[in-house]
Amino acid sequence: MSYDSPATENYLNTPRGLKSWLFTLDHKRIGLMYLIAMAVAFFLGGVMALLVRIELLSPAKDIMDADMYNQVFTLHGAIMIFLFIIPSIPAALGNFVLPQMLGAKDVAFPRLNLASWYVYVLGSIFAIYSLWANAVDTGWTFYTPYSTTTSTSVISMTLGAFILGFSSIFTGLNFIVTIHKLRRPGQGWYDLPLFVWGLYATAIIQVLATPVLAITLLLLILERVGGIGIFDPAMGGDPVLYQHFFWFYSHPAVYIMILPGMGIISEVIAVFSRKKIFGYKAIAYSSIAIAFIGFLVWGHHMFVSSQAALAAAIFSFLTFMNAIPSGVKIFNWMATLYKGNIKFDTPMLYVLSFLFLFTIGGLTGIFLGVLATDVHLHDTYFVVAHFHYVMVGGTVIAFLAGIHYWWPKIFGRMYNEFWAKVACAIVFIGFNMTFFTQFILGTQGMPRRYYSYIDQYQPLHAFSSVGSFVLGLGFVVMAVYLFYSLIKGPKAPGNPWGALTLEWSNSSPPPPHNFIEEPKITHGPYDYDKIVVEREVDRMRERGLPV
Amino acid sequence: MDTTATIWMPAGQSNFAGEVDPIFYFLLYASIILFLIVVGGTGYLVWKYRHTGKEIKTPGVSENLTLEFTWTIIPIIMVIVVFFWGFNVFMKMNIVPRDAYEIKVTGQKWFWSFDYPNGNSTVNELVIPEDKAVKLLMSSRDVIHSFFVPEFRVKMDVVPNRYSVIWFKALNPGTYNLFCTEFCGKGHSEMLGKVRVVTEREFEEWVEAGAGGGEGIPPSEYGAQLYKAKACNTCHSVDGSRVVGPSFKADFGGSRIIEGGQTVVIDENYIRESILNPQAKIAAGYDPVMPTYQGILKDKQIDALIAYIKSLSDNIEQEKAN
Repeated sequence: MSYDSPATENYLNTPRGLKSWLFTLDHKRIGLMYLIAMAVAFFLGGVMALLVRIELLSPAKDIMDADMYNQVFTLHGAIMIFLFIIPSIPAALGNFVLPQMLGAKDVAFPRLNLASWYVYVLGSIFAIYSLWANAVDTGWTFYTPYSTTTSTSVISMTLGAFILGFSSIFTGLNFIVTIHKLRRPGQGWYDLPLFVWGLYATAIIQVLATPVLAITLLLLILERVGGIGIFDPAMGGDPVLYQHFFWFYSHPAVYIMILPGMGIISEVIAVFSRKKIFGYKAIAYSSIAIAFIGFLVWGHHMFVSSQAALAAAIFSFLTFMNAIPSGVKIFNWMATLYKGNIKFDTPMLYVLSFLFLFTIGGLTGIFLGVLATDVHLHDTYFVVAHFHYVMVGGTVIAFLAGIHYWWPKIFGRMYNEFWAKVACAIVFIGFNMTFFTQFILGTQGMPRRYYSYIDQYQPLHAFSSVGSFVLGLGFVVMAVYLFYSLIKGPKAPGNPWGALTLEWSNSSPPPPHNFIEEPKITHGPYDYDKIVVEREVDRMRERGLPV
Repeated sequence: MDTTATIWMPAGQSNFAGEVDPIFYFLLYASIILFLIVVGGTGYLVWKYRHTGKEIKTPGVSENLTLEFTWTIIPIIMVIVVFFWGFNVFMKMNIVPRDAYEIKVTGQKWFWSFDYPNGNSTVNELVIPEDKAVKLLMSSRDVIHSFFVPEFRVKMDVVPNRYSVIWFKALNPGTYNLFCTEFCGKGHSEMLGKVRVVTEREFEEWVEAGAGGGEGIPPSEYGAQLYKAKACNTCHSVDGSRVVGPSFKADFGGSRIIEGGQTVVIDENYIRESILNPQAKIAAGYDPVMPTYQGILKDKQIDALIAYIKSLSDNIEQEKAN
């Protein structure tokens, strides 16, 4: 495949017309439609985040009153988690890449795949509807009995999350079957790219845990609408039971968010180090281990909820056991770098950024897993900082690594490498300014979800807010050069990074059915010790193309 | 263990600070070392093995069981150590000494009330003796709240229909911040209290005297004290501005429209009813969120608050007259 003769017929232009998109069964188009919907959700959630940070510039009222502040931080959390992070990597990038990595034409159930997108949109409409209709103000966790007694539109938002859950289950089910049944002949489990293992572990959690959230939210709705006392003590219910139900899903959901991100890191680090991934089996099995132990640690959100001390001790211990596989992955990634031939294109910069930020996120998790220190840190800004380091520093940064890695494949265009590096640096600096500050706020005792605060916290809050503006600027720069690349970007070659996984063996963008000829498995996904693959992006640069 | 204030932790002021802080700082320094190993190691590797010449085949080493074993077992040992350390201190927090002095804590939107064994009660100010084990028996009247004193390193959720318990010994006289750390609605960030630690003798005198009965001062002045002491100021302003509820600077003797469209006269009976049975008449345009003060305020205190509200209104008339 030469870089200056891309296939004329590709999935983006064949067939044409709006209808061909709305009724498409092509996993690539569905992945792209997810990507667009998620970009909208991310923008909305990001605006909410900036509004929160502007309000927190000073303890007094800056731009909104307490009620509106509570609604805005709730919407920020709910939109970012349910509409963006949970589906981001699996449904958008996973959908696009997974069948191609397996050398398949599509996922196992293309219609179910399309249905999952429509269900996602329907759920999002319910969730976003609450923006106009007295927006929900409970925090994204909907803790009872506050959520059963507040006058805001809890039902619309929880119904939205309930529906979005089905979209997640559909995708998970589809991926499990796809990975089991649609591998190429000769492509054993250990010949799969590690991103596929990450998606597989994620899919298991999606299918097993999401129904519990669905049941919980349904019970909440029943309680509000029908007055059936399940969680509200005024009606004979138990509010702490709600927390158990909620976290039984929502803690595993953290791994729905991070596992596919770790999969992307494994891909990118091998490709840009030109090195066989170190500890393939350790990385693959650690994903599965995280998925399973992840089901048994939900109670660590409840150390001070008045649950039994013995229960707290067991949850604390299991939490530590679940930290081990994440550490194993990090050490294996480091070992992959050893004796590599490392290039610092943008996706690799995001990987390095991930290693920095996710390590902080993981280590600060230990502070919260230790019972005695969690008592002090629980529900303070320390927790806010910790989960942003994991969710943004981990998942979002991995997502951005994936976007920059597969962008040429998805759109057939190269983005501007210089501006991409600039944006990566701005995001890194802005993120650390915003959230590292919050660790200190937290240890100093600043509680989370506060509209106002005592004066001594102001300097740190103001610094954090300024950091968030820097972070926002990074995303604006990114949006600009990515849009520009769609119009004016140089045409992307089939395999710009010289990767060995199957999705790079077709043209960019891929033909409608992924491969002109059935791909044959001739080498493993990381056989850089056997093959020297040419990086077509280097040839473009040699020819002076602005990449 | 020294628990003086650092950029991380505020100064420790309870018996638990000396137990929690060593774990915190151990984790902090261990984390810094691990972070430097990962980030320093990564930095070194990417620099040493950066691409310089042309594409090359790289070595195929892809497995090493000894290494995998090492970086699995060492972290397991480390986390087991910190688990038991944290567990040990956590159990001390959970086992209340038999001779602890018990105070009942009630959380509700959006204030704290404290009931002492002799019937004395306070709002938003917990007064405790120094160097004596204090047990807090806590429950909520509405949604979940959480009791948090950063200097004491203690926190516990305050749940409706259930008692939760914490205990501690305050080390030094002084006044410390009390925060609500479980989101509870509009006034969440205003649900602040103070913990005042006094010497044991001062404490005994204080408990005997009660929280001050307004003797020797005019009722309106006593009402002004109660306005702050009983947390009215969380939701009601005295300058006419709107907070959560209507301002106390209202037109006493005038009328007000309530939910449902009726008009009521703002008089002594209306104010008394609004304090004891707040849901009976809701001022139009406001949320029905005020809890009852039945059992919290005595008759004399209600009288004083009415006198205070009247005095605010009189001020208006005086201003008008001037």
